[in-house]
Amino acid sequence: MFAYIVRRLAIAIPTILILVVISFLLMYSAPGGPFNSERPLPAEVMANLEAKYGLDQPMWRQMVSYVWGVVTQFDFGPSFQYTDRTVNDVIAQGFPVTLTYGLWSAIVAMVVGVSLGVSAAVRQNSVLDYLAVGITIGAQALPNFVMAPILVLIFTLWLGWLPGGGWNGGQWEYVIMPVIALSTSYMASIARITRSSMLEVLNSNFIRTAQAKGLPMRRVVLRHALKPALLPVLSYLGPAMVGMITGSVVVDIIFSTGGIGQFFVNSAFNRDYAVIMGITLLVGVLTISFNLIVDILYAWIDPKIRY
Amino acid sequence: MKLAEPDAKMLQEVGALAEVRGRSLWADARARFLRNKAALIGLVVLILICLFAAFGGLIAQYERDFVDFSLMGANAYQGSPSIETGHYFGVDIDGRDLYARTVQGTRISLLVGIVGALVAVLVGTLYGATAGYIGGRVDNIMMRTVDVLMSIPFMFVLILMLVIFGRSILMLFIGIGLISWLDMARIARGQTLTIKNKEFVEAAVATGVKPLKIILRHVVPNLLGIVIVYATLLVPQMIIFESFISYLGLGVQEPNTSLGALMSLGTKQMNNGTLWMLFYPLFFFLITLFAFFFVGDGLRDALDPKDR
Amino acid sequence: MTIHNKLLMSTAAAMIAMSGVAFAESHAMTGPNGEALAETQEFTYRVLDEHSSLDPGIVEDVTGSEVVRDLFEGLYNDSKTGATLEPGVALSHDVSDDGMTYTFTLREGAEWSNGDPVTAGDFVYAWRRAASPELASPYAWYMSLMSLENVDEVISGDAPLEDLGVTAIDDYTLEVRLKEPLPYFPQMLTHATTFPVPQSVVEEHGDRWTRPENIVSNGAYVLEEHVPQERSVRVKNDMYWDAENTIVERVTALVINDENQALTRFLAGELDRTEVPAGQFPRLKEEHPDEAISFPRLCNYYYTFNLREDGPEAFKDQRVRQALALAVDRNVIVENVLAGGQSPAYTFTPAATANFEVPGVEMAGMTQQERNAKAQDLLAEAGYGADNPLSFEMVYNTSDAHRSVAVAMSQMWNQTLGVETTLANMEWQTFLEARNNGDFELARGAWCGDYNEASTFLDLLQTNSGYNDAKYSNAEVDQLLADAKTAEDPGANYTQVEQIIAEEMPVIPVYHYAGVYMMDENLIPSWPVENVQQNWYSKDLYFVADE
Repeated sequence: MFAYIVRRLAIAIPTILILVVISFLLMYSAPGGPFNSERPLPAEVMANLEAKYGLDQPMWRQMVSYVWGVVTQFDFGPSFQYTDRTVNDVIAQGFPVTLTYGLWSAIVAMVVGVSLGVSAAVRQNSVLDYLAVGITIGAQALPNFVMAPILVLIFTLWLGWLPGGGWNGGQWEYVIMPVIALSTSYMASIARITRSSMLEVLNSNFIRTAQAKGLPMRRVVLRHALKPALLPVLSYLGPAMVGMITGSVVVDIIFSTGGIGQFFVNSAFNRDYAVIMGITLLVGVLTISFNLIVDILYAWIDPKIRY
Repeated sequence: MKLAEPDAKMLQEVGALAEVRGRSLWADARARFLRNKAALIGLVVLILICLFAAFGGLIAQYERDFVDFSLMGANAYQGSPSIETGHYFGVDIDGRDLYARTVQGTRISLLVGIVGALVAVLVGTLYGATAGYIGGRVDNIMMRTVDVLMSIPFMFVLILMLVIFGRSILMLFIGIGLISWLDMARIARGQTLTIKNKEFVEAAVATGVKPLKIILRHVVPNLLGIVIVYATLLVPQMIIFESFISYLGLGVQEPNTSLGALMSLGTKQMNNGTLWMLFYPLFFFLITLFAFFFVGDGLRDALDPKDR
Repeated sequence: MTIHNKLLMSTAAAMIAMSGVAFAESHAMTGPNGEALAETQEFTYRVLDEHSSLDPGIVEDVTGSEVVRDLFEGLYNDSKTGATLEPGVALSHDVSDDGMTYTFTLREGAEWSNGDPVTAGDFVYAWRRAASPELASPYAWYMSLMSLENVDEVISGDAPLEDLGVTAIDDYTLEVRLKEPLPYFPQMLTHATTFPVPQSVVEEHGDRWTRPENIVSNGAYVLEEHVPQERSVRVKNDMYWDAENTIVERVTALVINDENQALTRFLAGELDRTEVPAGQFPRLKEEHPDEAISFPRLCNYYYTFNLREDGPEAFKDQRVRQALALAVDRNVIVENVLAGGQSPAYTFTPAATANFEVPGVEMAGMTQQERNAKAQDLLAEAGYGADNPLSFEMVYNTSDAHRSVAVAMSQMWNQTLGVETTLANMEWQTFLEARNNGDFELARGAWCGDYNEASTFLDLLQTNSGYNDAKYSNAEVDQLLADAKTAEDPGANYTQVEQIIAEEMPVIPVYHYAGVYMMDENLIPSWPVENVQQNWYSKDLYFVADE
């Protein structure tokens, strides 16, 4: 197992390099540069700016010096748009925000989703099952850009219980609505996947045997059925975690949380190459890490899988 | 001629055999599906929605881009739904007939969802099953490719693509198609890993069946349950995804529209006394997704022979 | 002989100073005009986007400039009406006979927030820095617009910084030399690019000097907190020379991208000011009559034809351009689409511009029926009709309001003239790229005056203007505008230019902006609604007590 992890980590490095190259290529083929503005800059000023940020170099040079900076000094370069910030600053500020409500969302989605899915499966075709299916379908169908403003209308404008946005250092009342808006659809997906795979497991022979032996249902589910039933959920969880932790762009924008999703979209619109690259890399590293974790968990849950 | 005869006969026999086997499997499935009321209702609703998207425009009283200048902007609240005026669903904020626009939006949203899911099912399942079944280095390379692709934030890919190649429905399809199969590939592979150690696969391997055949005959059918459940999750996901893109202002170009774009506009007017602008597109959005969910679940229950 | 240009509002300034003394003890209770004040004086407002920079030499957006105007103080400030100047760091100035040398007398006793005195040297440093190739400021062009001696050579790096036409005669005397007389030069000094910068701090911290932990400023406020994409907070600066008359203690700018969310949060009491989304003003005015306000702004909104050689053939025909301009029912756009007190535009320059007499153009006097009829005739004359329909693409940058206007215009053309338009929205950077490169047929444009004078708008139509996206060229217009620079009364020139434009129609003026806000009713009395450039200063604001 240890050797396997090391091997996977070794593969991660070229993965990230490929990511850098693809991102660079995509960005440089996009029309509009970081220093476009409504008043076209005089050629001299433009030249000065490009020289300052090294944009006058050929693309491969920029790429190499970028990678070099990241590898040797963990320096992601200066932001083109926010002159007094480096990309490291931007990430250091935006990522904890996203991480906080992303992790909470993941926990909520996981706990609620699995509970709903399991209870629905165990009592298939009961009222509880229909209720759970109904709730998850509703939760999944309502896009969060519709749900979030409704939440704000209810909890901020009508009830006055929660602030309508902002982050304010992550005080709990600022976290609640983003977590609800972000976790709901993932929760619903997890519930549905859990229900479906739980049903499959419950119908398999070894569970029937266990039931036939007279084991109580609760014990059967918790001790025997849950682990295999969670396998597909695990598959789903890797990308879902990344989705949640990198933050839904929409949630960031509606609640003005200042998370990296907001930075990302604004940077893409403003061609802030350095910030785009930084956040892309961060998301890339996260994705690789989560996939690795998921695969390890897989092996742990299902001992039949060998690497 | 003579030589061919036994061959033909054998082929016929095999064909008949396959037909019999096929009929029993699918007939069973059909019977199970038809017994499932929720799924049946879902299917009916889905058909109705498709009819609405295809032919609903015939009874619209207005073109989808015709603006009634007396009912736009500040006066939009006067454009409430009414049979008399011919604006069955009222008007949108720009004074255009919401019925005609909902028909068109439903069409685009359905297309986006179905194209995305189709690509995911075809490419993703085969890709994931192949990787999972073959394993080893091939699996590693294939899944690392998926990892690399997935490490690029999809929103960003699509934003950049829509920016670079211009905004068009085709671009949206390509972008969504490129993204949608990745998750499916991972799920299919994960599931394959558990399947490939099962007895019937080992038996097939032992009797010398070729890998491609094993994948298509033994692995993929056993993935169907999860693939269908996931594909039904995917259609709405694609539709929702398209609506995010619309929310960011990168969706289809005016005067075309999608349910996502209509909802996004409706949400903005939510507190402005024109709730119908949100209600109608949201209604069609929700019943479309509900229908897909129920049909998908029904299909899963019907196709999965273990589930009785 | 030099004309001693003692500054305008000296009496008013003296009065304010006196009232400051008179009410020093109870200033928390009464405003400058003796109003009763609210107990908490904290101002929270919504901004659409994160500001790009708080460095006066670099800042280029409205949002950033609002903060910079609070943190730093330049030579002069705008008055509440925006029509006159008030002393800032400079008390007064002399102008030489040829109008090319300005000598400013600076205030003694103005201090940086670290206690250092603000001197002429700080301005010299700041101006050289703003023009320096090393800083590569995106607003270096503003220094060039100010026509400082040798400024273009300095920006391009061909001349040393020391050659720039600004010198500190002594600590409190600043001399500025221009390369040509510029009648509105003093008005340009309220702009952030001209604000002083603390040399020692900049040199110590480099690019990071504007961060809250490093920044030293000379304005009425200091930066307390800055969380990009979320909030920035500035608090009253006790070192400011007029601190005792500064009433608002704390100003918070919250970044809220979605205007409808911002509106909800305003209604929930989280904000004191936010923009009203297009079309919602009438309803809000009815429901919240004391909080919905609208006032004219110094901005225009237009669509520009592409008149380049490789542009669309149809647009080279003046009749086509006129027909399209005529068929736009501006009243519908202003009253139905936007409905926020905007005014229909038949000229390029907004009526709100100082000393600008709106010239009578033919189109303005017609009814819409007459315009439509004439448009149909013109288009038919030009050879377009049912068998040969005119079709083109119109581009605008992504925004709900722009979409609504574009949809309405395209339908007006379609319903009156049978013209087929394709709408294309682009996100901002792509849009700019396309527009600058002439990669469009008809494109949205908008311009806000850099200073309050008609030339800030009309210069856009000069052949060599970098912002002339239409690539419109008319020698007569060029000549008229060049003459206006030195003319005793440029008004006649501007009228003529507007009339030529109304005839040749290189752009379609659609409407002139209004500032449309929801604002705390206790803040409205002190808000500078007459300042069409909306150069507002938190130090002049206050919240009156509830009645």
